[in-house]
Amino acid sequence: MENSRRRFLQIAGVSALGLGATPVLNAFAASGAQGSGYHLDRNENAATAKQWAMVIDTRKLSTPESLRPIINACNTIHNVPTEIQNKNQEIKWIWEAPYHNAFTDEVQKFMDESVEHRPFLLLCNQCENPPCVRACPTQATFKNKEGIVMMDFHRCIGCRFCMAACPFGARSFNFRDPRPFIKKTNTEFPTRMKGVVEKCNFCAERLAVGKKPACVEASGGAIAFGDLYDPNSDVRKLLKENYTIRRKITLGTEPSVYYIV
Amino acid sequence: MLEFAVKGNKWYWGWVIVLLGIIGAGFGIYLMQLQFGLGLTGLSRDVSWGFYIANFTYLVGVAAGGVMVVLPYYLHNYKAYGRITVLGEFLAIAAIIMCLLFIVVDLGQPMRMLNVLLYPSPNSMLFYDAIVLNGYLFLNLVIGWNVLEAERNGVHYQSWLKPLIYISIPWAVSIHTVTAYLYCGLPGRHYWLTAVLAPRFLSSAFAAGPALLILLCLFIRRFTHFDPGREQIQTLAKTVAYAICINVFFFLCEVFVAFYSKIPGHMTHIQYLFSGLHGHGAMVPWMWASMILMIAGIVLTVTPATRRNEASLAIACMVIIMGTWIDKALGMIAGGFVPNPMHEFNEYVPSMPEMGISLAVYAVGALVLTLLYKMAVGVKEEVKA
Ligand code: SF4
Ligand code: SF4
Ligand code: SF4
Repeated sequence: MENSRRRFLQIAGVSALGLGATPVLNAFAASGAQGSGYHLDRNENAATAKQWAMVIDTRKLSTPESLRPIINACNTIHNVPTEIQNKNQEIKWIWEAPYHNAFTDEVQKFMDESVEHRPFLLLCNQCENPPCVRACPTQATFKNKEGIVMMDFHRCIGCRFCMAACPFGARSFNFRDPRPFIKKTNTEFPTRMKGVVEKCNFCAERLAVGKKPACVEASGGAIAFGDLYDPNSDVRKLLKENYTIRRKITLGTEPSVYYIV
Repeated sequence: MLEFAVKGNKWYWGWVIVLLGIIGAGFGIYLMQLQFGLGLTGLSRDVSWGFYIANFTYLVGVAAGGVMVVLPYYLHNYKAYGRITVLGEFLAIAAIIMCLLFIVVDLGQPMRMLNVLLYPSPNSMLFYDAIVLNGYLFLNLVIGWNVLEAERNGVHYQSWLKPLIYISIPWAVSIHTVTAYLYCGLPGRHYWLTAVLAPRFLSSAFAAGPALLILLCLFIRRFTHFDPGREQIQTLAKTVAYAICINVFFFLCEVFVAFYSKIPGHMTHIQYLFSGLHGHGAMVPWMWASMILMIAGIVLTVTPATRRNEASLAIACMVIIMGTWIDKALGMIAGGFVPNPMHEFNEYVPSMPEMGISLAVYAVGALVLTLLYKMAVGVKEEVKA
């Protein structure tokens, strides 16, 4: 299993030799120029971690406008089809929600108004103990060595068991071919096909070449990223100095996304 | 025995042709779904399973219900059921075939279906479900076919069948248990997150399966020369009576836990289903109808007079089938997904293509059942003559 997976997300793959380090993701030739599924090509700058984690300082992101560039950065870079009209069948990797939807079990009767009315960024929590991985019957959803819950779009059968299992609404299903609904296709990242599930991948493809996730870069310092188990990492420093909350911790999934409120 | 399936009067062939027509039309719609994607359905990000998986769940119950004739006959040597065990087994075969088809039409990428076997994932309940369902199909095919053939030849069935028969009994329980485990092990879906879900599924299965079998027996008696027997039907009716009582009891246990503890997560889904929440109440009339139907079923099957009268018994069986279908198929899906884990309300209504495809799957089941029962009845008539 481990082997075939390794083959699939080939680290330092052959393609890197031919194409150099720049196009970090190579579309499979199999289903056209922007085939789905991809090799992850690591270069020498690749960052590693035991468990990648994120700390979002929501005090610095208090208006919907401040979230816009962050959400757009992810959508553009990952070919998220943002033009789907039917809101019930849309694809979301990172999106905005009010406090009482984001933190359903931590809603106080009377709350700090600035927090209550603040918009919150939601994305896959990259749970340390992910129920979506447990549920998947094909291992198309799996946890990689760095704690990222990954999707293999080539293996997914579209049973949507993972969507029922995720208690955070972080997963989206391609109810139809997403390609016509992508504003501008980024050729360095695969597009997906109908019938498969997708979600935030913590920018595994960028980490592999030493870059920070796109949303972190676009946040102007409001989002920190680092290894949860490195006491000197950016995230650990913030966690030491700030009171943070996570979503639905009573469920035991151990989210890796923390929020400073 | 196949020759019995190709001999029939004009009603038989008319029925078969109607079913084939529905199947053909449904297959056409399925090709459209395959082409376009599941966007043709009423499913959404929030309600990611719908009519297909609902019917799948219900039919697993019907399949498991067949064991209610197999068990008394083989374990308790209840001779009367000897006449109808094969009807129970064949019903299970048709039901499982429908279950498997409902799973397939629900997949986003059905061509990759075999990935479940190519990359076996023992963590996933779906993996076990695939095993137990296919295993149960196999067991019932082998057992039903061979026992029927032995009966035709006037001999005792082969002795190697015995262990398979014994295995098939707990296996029937396992198919519905694993199906409940698909739901009840998921964090954050409070309506499903209950240890009583598997028992509840089983109790409704043991009501709905035998209820359907009673209706089929009554039909067979009326239109063929084979009489499944009054005693058999009455014993089945008692099974239905117990099971439907237990089913409603389990549900009331759920209601007690939710509303005495007053834990919002436990209450919201039941409130949504039975009284509507924040202006969303699509399920309310359905759920009350389900309750009324099941209670009517209890009254009619528990009261000796209405149970003994086969006309009122037939009505009881129908209301029980409808009541449990709404409860277990519609209610289970809607209650589980609405409101979503972020407390947002997105209700679900199946689309026309979705219902067309589902109808076709039922037609496949009806066709399989028709052919199998035609053979079974043919053998029974021949043996009697
Ligand atoms: S947030 Fe959901 S999709 Fe992401 S890892 Fe956790 S359970 Fe899986
Ligand atoms: S939809 Fe895909 S990723 Fe999700 S559980 Fe099914 S096979 Fe796994
Ligand atoms: S980590 Fe990457 S994939 Fe995830 S939301 Fe941010 S930009 Fe998108």
